[in-house]
Amino acid sequence: MRQTKNNILQKIDWITVLLYLTLVIIGWINIYAAVYNTSHKSILDFSQKYGKQLIWIFAGIILIIIIFTIKSRFYKFFAYPIYIVTILLLFFVLLFGREVNGARSWFEIGNFRLQPAEFAKFATSLAVAKYVGSFNFNIKKIKNLLATLMLIFIPVIFILLQNDTGSALVYFIFILVLFREGLSANILIFGFIAVILFILALILKIITVLILILAIAFIIYWLSQRKLKNIIIASSIFTAISLILWIIKHYGNINLSDSYVILISFIISSVYYIFYAFKNNISKIYSFVLITLASLIFVFSVNYAFNNILEQHQRDRINNLLGIKYDPLGTGYNVNQSKIAIGSGGFSGKGFLQGTQTKFNFVPEQSTDFIFCTIGEEWGFIGTSVVLILFVLLVIRLIFLAEKQRTHFARIYGYSVAAILFFHFAINIGMTIGLAPVIGIPLPFISYGGSSLWSFTILLFIFIKLDTNRSDLI
Amino acid sequence: MTNQYSDRKYIISGIIILISIIFIIRLLYLQVFDNKYKLSANNNSQRKVIIHPPRGLIYDRNNTLLVYNEATYDIMVIPNQLQKFDTTLLADLLNIDKDYIKFNIKKAKNFSYYKPSLFLKQLSIKSYARFQENLYKFLGFFAQARTLRKYPQKIAAHILGYVGEVDKKILEKNKSYKQGDYIGLSGVEKYYENILRGKTGSKIFLVDVHNRIRGNYKNGKYDTIAIAGNNLTLTLDAKLQAFGEKLMQNKIGSIVAIEPSSGEILTLISSPNYDPNLLVGRIRSKNYRKLLLDSLKPLFNRAINAKYPPGSTFKLINALIGMQENVLTENTYYTCNHGYHFGGITVGCHGHKSPLNLKESIQISCNSYYCNVFKSIIDNKNYPTTTQSYNAWRNYVTSFGFGRYLESDIYDESKGFVPKSTYYDKYYKKNHWSALTIISLAIGQGELGITPLQMANMASIMANRGFYYIPHIVKKISGGISISPKFEVKHFTKINEKYFSTVVDGMELVINGGPGSTARIAKIDSIIVCGKTGTAQNPHGKDHSIFIAFAPKDNPKIAIAVYIENGGFGATWAAPIASLMIEKYLTKKISKKRKYLENYILNGNLINKK
Ligand SMILES: [Zn+2]
Repeated sequence: MRQTKNNILQKIDWITVLLYLTLVIIGWINIYAAVYNTSHKSILDFSQKYGKQLIWIFAGIILIIIIFTIKSRFYKFFAYPIYIVTILLLFFVLLFGREVNGARSWFEIGNFRLQPAEFAKFATSLAVAKYVGSFNFNIKKIKNLLATLMLIFIPVIFILLQNDTGSALVYFIFILVLFREGLSANILIFGFIAVILFILALILKIITVLILILAIAFIIYWLSQRKLKNIIIASSIFTAISLILWIIKHYGNINLSDSYVILISFIISSVYYIFYAFKNNISKIYSFVLITLASLIFVFSVNYAFNNILEQHQRDRINNLLGIKYDPLGTGYNVNQSKIAIGSGGFSGKGFLQGTQTKFNFVPEQSTDFIFCTIGEEWGFIGTSVVLILFVLLVIRLIFLAEKQRTHFARIYGYSVAAILFFHFAINIGMTIGLAPVIGIPLPFISYGGSSLWSFTILLFIFIKLDTNRSDLI
Repeated sequence: MTNQYSDRKYIISGIIILISIIFIIRLLYLQVFDNKYKLSANNNSQRKVIIHPPRGLIYDRNNTLLVYNEATYDIMVIPNQLQKFDTTLLADLLNIDKDYIKFNIKKAKNFSYYKPSLFLKQLSIKSYARFQENLYKFLGFFAQARTLRKYPQKIAAHILGYVGEVDKKILEKNKSYKQGDYIGLSGVEKYYENILRGKTGSKIFLVDVHNRIRGNYKNGKYDTIAIAGNNLTLTLDAKLQAFGEKLMQNKIGSIVAIEPSSGEILTLISSPNYDPNLLVGRIRSKNYRKLLLDSLKPLFNRAINAKYPPGSTFKLINALIGMQENVLTENTYYTCNHGYHFGGITVGCHGHKSPLNLKESIQISCNSYYCNVFKSIIDNKNYPTTTQSYNAWRNYVTSFGFGRYLESDIYDESKGFVPKSTYYDKYYKKNHWSALTIISLAIGQGELGITPLQMANMASIMANRGFYYIPHIVKKISGGISISPKFEVKHFTKINEKYFSTVVDGMELVINGGPGSTARIAKIDSIIVCGKTGTAQNPHGKDHSIFIAFAPKDNPKIAIAVYIENGGFGATWAAPIASLMIEKYLTKKISKKRKYLENYILNGNLINKK
């Protein structure tokens, strides 16, 4: 089974590398477009962002070569030391770092800036992979689980202290990795639902969230029951009751918000559902109605607490915590501008360098966090869907490769890479199209910035290196 | 143990793919199906700037500039680009108060957050320069160049008219106008609107979020250039107009002077008048209201809209009709015994020698003579009925341009009034009226309503001995556009030309005859002026003073009508004014000998005397 060393080029997963290179090139082209300016046309103008990004890209290639020359064994062996060094860097940056945009997360050496939080991702991934992949580890043991969570939360705390909420939130995605390694599905589901509902309750209109919950509940119920008749009856009852209530409210001039109408209607409908469950002896319905009701009430309480109990500065802090950025021109200005930019691209886009929304600073951070707007505006739906599909292919490919690993360490690390990339692209793209809160995290490989490009490159290529030794037991 | 949970890869992949599908659908919706964002993008980054063309300039017949455009600036605001700014400074710079700022920003927001709204109109260059230096402190504001009409000569307000911004009604009616465009509202500005307005252009700029212009949209592919309006050269003589306006100060009435050989209007004055610069820009509506409420009605253009009785000047017409109808010859004599007495009717006359022939009747302006003439016309045996003979008479009268539109290019001219026979049928019942009933028509009284322009045209007909060109005010249009050909057509009256010489001779005597001539005051030594006085009875006050004239007798260069309300005898005010105008036009000055007359007129105040 042992292969000679000069065969490493054959063992590299070129599909992943190709996806990586494509995304990097797409990124550079769009950075060029985002900051394009007729007075700086040369692509080698190193005073401009695209010139600098070109340097980061070439430096990234050197990093890749270095990563490939290091033995796979090294990464597992030095996983904890790398983790500890990174934590120290995160600690020092708090003391000696430079504040940029309100976040003290940068080391500055001359013209050169480095963001340790970016590198903490691969360091944490290595540490988690090593710990969870160790022979004695059993996720069912509370002690082991807590230790794992501690590994994850130590960098989170430091990053939160740096006031870089976006980067901290990324670490929640390790829940997916742990899920793959045996974490109870219920924790995933409940945690997921709670987080989603909490965020939705804050960023969407309450009525939208309520309708969403009910729609999902009915759909899940239908999927589990497979009886179309029942679901039609159930939803008709609910619709009829809400309609009657709404008419009474409307013509009776009763001051009641539509969201209360929906809540009350569901409570009344539940009486029938429970009666039906009792009559037909379907115990599943009880928990189902209960969960739905709990979700509705949860959303109500979050919304109520946020708007009535908390004070403005506390609300701001939560907005801050959620990464909902301070908005100088009113709620949702940035997202609105971003949607305008993307929407204005149409099906095939305005063409390379023809974007007006991103180029003229309507969209904030257009070369970093909002680079997707440039893609959307200049390349249209074709461009956005291609980029999205490339990301999905990359992540799925990583999962595919991870599953093929013989060692737990390599598999867990592979899943970590996939999960982190997924979180980044989902939140970043989601934020530009108004489906996720505005959290300032970059689009991997595409957004402008050396630290982010390098950290993702390191993150990814360590796995590609590990994958070349797939057949070795290390 | 290793692959105990490996099925979970499907769940994880499923979540990833599900979210990606949601994203794709969302993108499809945003980018392909929903047009809302495409429209927003246009408002966001493109600023369409309307380029208003300069309106055509207006010159007088000697190329004296009468109307030009002065640059001003409209301050515009785009609400969604506003940032906190120093309202005190802005108020100070623009000379407005804080409430104005608050109110207008609110108004702009109500209109649109993304589109520019007018914030302050017509800022002078000086204020604009001060504002421009501070513009960077006021994000969301910008200036748009506009022009304002300026009238360096301060004359001829009624002729030139004024412009204003198009209102809702015009916008609905005429799609070629856009909000904020100027349009001529009266006078030449209105009549020649299509010539003067030019073509509005537009430029689309790309602007960034800070409202800075970053270039042209698609290299100006969609820009249209503004085309300046065509210039007009008027037939007006600015010097004569100014002189006439000066003579008319403190008098109510009108002067209209025409070049008989072309119909070109040399002067058209309605008094009281106003400085045309008053009806410009921001001060327009305030001043307009003031002028509108003035009891002397300065906005009323008497020259074309006042329907005055022509008085004795009308005797010339009756003389010509009489001759044409063979009821009167040069040598017809009528006696006058301090007036005309017939069948219980008396039309008074002043004392003079008797009997008189035709020429003398004009010279002396005998009422009695013309009552006889008029009666012989109406009672003409060639016509079976009075109605028929009256209609014949009326036909002659309208052929002089009375009682109908002259169709000049002066906006809003009136027809005047010459009653039809049906009018008398209604008034006196059919067949219950006769020459005697309407005898006042003989001496230009009664129901007749003639505008000063029509009177000047009558003078022009006398000067031409039987024809006229339609009086008009525009001589030339720039850009190779010719004026209407109708102004080059000779219009003949229904009177044979041979009869005019007698009347003209009579008109010469009015000024240059011996004792008894009614207007010797109008005599100019070097020029033979022919004219006719008129004094119109005015039931509301003192008689109106009227004079029509042309000069020189041979090859006339100017025909004129002067009408002074409540001026008394024709010879008191109208005749001297007409003669001064003629002298001024033909000799470019007032002779020393007649300076006293000029001063008499200039000092004459008929308004406060009332
Ligand atoms: Zn007499």
